[in-house]
Amino acid sequence: MSRKPYVREIPKGSWYLRQGRYMRYMGREVTSLFVGAYALFLLLALKRLSEGQAAYEAFLEGLSSPLGVLFQIITLLFVLYHTTSWFNLTPKAMPVQRGEEFLPGGVIVGAHYAGWVLLSLVVLFLAGVF
Amino acid sequence: MAKSNKPIVWGLFAAGGTVTAFLLPALIIITLLAALGYVPDLLAYENMQAFAAHWFGKLVLFFIVSLSLWHAAHRLRITLHDFGIRSDTLVASALYLVAALGTIAAIVYLLRI
Repeated sequence: MSRKPYVREIPKGSWYLRQGRYMRYMGREVTSLFVGAYALFLLLALKRLSEGQAAYEAFLEGLSSPLGVLFQIITLLFVLYHTTSWFNLTPKAMPVQRGEEFLPGGVIVGAHYAGWVLLSLVVLFLAGVF
Repeated sequence: MAKSNKPIVWGLFAAGGTVTAFLLPALIIITLLAALGYVPDLLAYENMQAFAAHWFGKLVLFFIVSLSLWHAAHRLRITLHDFGIRSDTLVASALYLVAALGTIAAIVYLLRI
């Protein structure tokens, strides 16, 4: 080993600003903040539901504050990014082999998108949205 | 974190990532509509109460809430490392603690309904 090894300086807190793909990677990882926030929001909803009708309905009322609406919209955008980036990675995470060949990635991704759209429509229908 | 914990947290992360990818967008649309003043039928107290009172509804809600928490906790741990925060033991303990407490809280609330 040489006595003065070359160590490239990498800024610990801002390395991801250098390239578009680093930014997209960080964007994908940061979605977890919003998934976590929404999980805590659901947990609070369960708490209010367990406390009875008055508490639950006050909670529903509280959603429509400007801050509440903003939270839902921003969370929706980040979670949509989570969903698309998660599905786009599926061929890498679980390649499907048929004999000698691997199933094309597009088929696996497409199947996930199709399943997602169908499931979302079913959930929205069962919830009485349409 | 000991090496032996990895398959467990990774498994929860992956399961949570898949469940949230498939379900959260639709759920957020439902709560967003409620926030905008159009409350979907399911969110009316009687319907939501009946859903959460049934064992199947409890199971669905439990898996959605707890897996989302574990997914977020594990990914946030890695994300904080990427942002330059290197005290991994502290970060991991804090995040997994929140996920564990949230999981227990979800069980308690659901059993009260």
